[in-house]
Amino acid sequence: MTLKIGLFGNPNTGKSSLFNMLTGLNQHVGNFPGVTVEKKYGVIKRSEKTFTIIDFPGIYSLYPTSQDEQVVYDVLKVPNHLDFPDMACVVLDSSNLSRNLLLLTQLYDLKIPIVAILNMWDLVEKRGLTIDLSNLEKTFPGVTFVQTNARVGLGKERILEALEKTVETSNYSPVIDSFELAKIEDKKSQENDIKSRYGWINEKLPHILKTKPGVEERTKKIDKILTHPVIGYLIFLSILFTVFQFIFSFAVIPMDFIDLKFSQLAEWVGTTMQSGLLNDLVSQGIIPGIGGVVVFIPQIALLFFFLSILEETGYLARVVFLMDRLMRPFGLNGKSVVPLMSSVACAIPGVMATRTIADWKERLITILVAPLMSCSARLPVFTLLISLTIPNEDIAGIFNLQGIVLMGLYLLGIVSALLVAIVLNKLIKIKSSGYLLLELPSYKSPRWKNVIINVWEKVKIFSLDAGKVILSISIILWALATFGPGDTMENEAKKREELLASSALSEDEKEQQIASVKLEHSYIGMMGKALEPVIAPLGYDWKIGISLITSFAAREVFVGSLATIYAVHDESEENDRLIDRLKKEQKPDGTPVYTLATGMSLMVFYVFAMQCMATLAVVKRETNSWKWPIIQIVFMGILAYTASFLTFNCLS
Amino acid sequence: MSTLLDLEIESRAVILEVLPSSFSPKMAEMGLIAGAELSVAFKAPFGDPIAIELNGSLLSLRKNEASLIIIQLI
Repeated sequence: MTLKIGLFGNPNTGKSSLFNMLTGLNQHVGNFPGVTVEKKYGVIKRSEKTFTIIDFPGIYSLYPTSQDEQVVYDVLKVPNHLDFPDMACVVLDSSNLSRNLLLLTQLYDLKIPIVAILNMWDLVEKRGLTIDLSNLEKTFPGVTFVQTNARVGLGKERILEALEKTVETSNYSPVIDSFELAKIEDKKSQENDIKSRYGWINEKLPHILKTKPGVEERTKKIDKILTHPVIGYLIFLSILFTVFQFIFSFAVIPMDFIDLKFSQLAEWVGTTMQSGLLNDLVSQGIIPGIGGVVVFIPQIALLFFFLSILEETGYLARVVFLMDRLMRPFGLNGKSVVPLMSSVACAIPGVMATRTIADWKERLITILVAPLMSCSARLPVFTLLISLTIPNEDIAGIFNLQGIVLMGLYLLGIVSALLVAIVLNKLIKIKSSGYLLLELPSYKSPRWKNVIINVWEKVKIFSLDAGKVILSISIILWALATFGPGDTMENEAKKREELLASSALSEDEKEQQIASVKLEHSYIGMMGKALEPVIAPLGYDWKIGISLITSFAAREVFVGSLATIYAVHDESEENDRLIDRLKKEQKPDGTPVYTLATGMSLMVFYVFAMQCMATLAVVKRETNSWKWPIIQIVFMGILAYTASFLTFNCLS
Repeated sequence: MSTLLDLEIESRAVILEVLPSSFSPKMAEMGLIAGAELSVAFKAPFGDPIAIELNGSLLSLRKNEASLIIIQLI
């Protein structure tokens, strides 16, 4: 027999710790039917019964204000819904009963058998509170109460026992008579329902709770510093600085390793497998495609490691508090800060992190501007172009010019994200109900198990979501670069081969030249040439055009494409040979192609252009239509084109 | 008639009424209802948002939310 157990509770009650404690790593992630809200569930087998524990989003009452919360209402208002629980496990913060009981009364009135978890029981005594358990049990006849402390893993066995024993009760005494969730749809009746429940709770509470709780003293003391109008911001800035310092300096080590291993693997397959189309597909399409996804995992894992710690400690809510007023003029919300920060590593988790923003307009604007933040995939492009076109000089003796340009590109991304947000705020005609109403939880030390599970989930989502798109586009691009119309490709390759036959070049160099000729006459080469008139005003030729098309899958592909086009096989991570080759590249009139103007124009193009199919796919999923991703790609494209045009013409 | 905006840091008040808004149910579920006692814990620069102490927990709200809450000092 399988029983569906719904896990409910207010945010910050330790609900996710409890879910992790009960299910361990035996968790699955799916979607609630019809919506994009994640459904986490875990299966536990006990002697005769099997429990499927479904983790519902954290809520304060059953009435929804955000997309996450809507799911709970949608499921619970339909008793024959696929996910309607047979039993509810309601997590309560024992040190803050009054608000926590609100949700319990609602679920209780739905007549679902309930096991109520009095979590953080240790805090009750620590804070000098006394809870009269027998009176609490009398107030909710039929409900089984269990005391736990999920942080240290206490009470798992007792919860499972309670779940086994709990059955439907006849001994039920409603808080509100004949409560029907489906009938309470308008805001007024929702408000009234909540008010009458609080009235009832305030009447019962004196019999349950002997002392009125205050905010924990330690939290008050920490808040004096962390939310201080001056020191608070300085601390936030230094935390930001430290996190990004870690991401950019430490993540490089595993990233280089992954890069190396994948190119070695590709080479090994290329030489070992029987040569032919399949070999090419695997060694030039699939393996580099997968490598292109895996290489970003270290940065994403590190970023979410830090973000989860900040969230676990309760600090992220303070960031929202500190930043809310500053973000509002841009049509954003204090809660936009975390998605935008995540987008510096990768816009995909960034866009997904916007789900906590209840207001649709603020959420939409955050989603639309998130890809303007300079993500880690832009870094290889910037690094190559900077070493190619920016002189390695010191300014005023201390600042390195190349470093300044790189920082400038990141700042350009941030500033344009904010400016675009202002414009979108004016243009998008959706009424904003903008409110904050955010709980600032007590400070706690992070629970490492939650941190690790969270990082694991984010990495998994990135690999699967971005992975699917990047991999399939890599294969399409491989095909476009491998095949060409008619037999021009073969003929041109043969011509070059004959030409090279008598030259003193090494076999490798000859092969690279032939590969370059083939690419020029492939479908993608033709597309690059067709694109040339359009991109010539930006200072680009058809070879750059090819790289722009291929890097539409993901920005970092740009570097690899240039290497193929210019027939440079480059193993070194500094791309020295590629840079040397690019420096020599000349236009028909003999002037160099990669001038300062072209280099800057290209970098500016990459700051603005939506060169990432995976992000588009995620935006489509999160906004539930193609409308917004299309608007996004168009406005970012126009921005990129205009900005690059201006950059090129001002500098040349 | 004073609203939550007029309340100084660390002084206590009781809610007399919460004026209607599009997020009234949200205000109610967080415990912002007539009769509830609260105090201001701290404020962000420009006094927006503010953090209040309510039923033993900290809650932050924007100025426009606070202006809907009619209070009486206690």
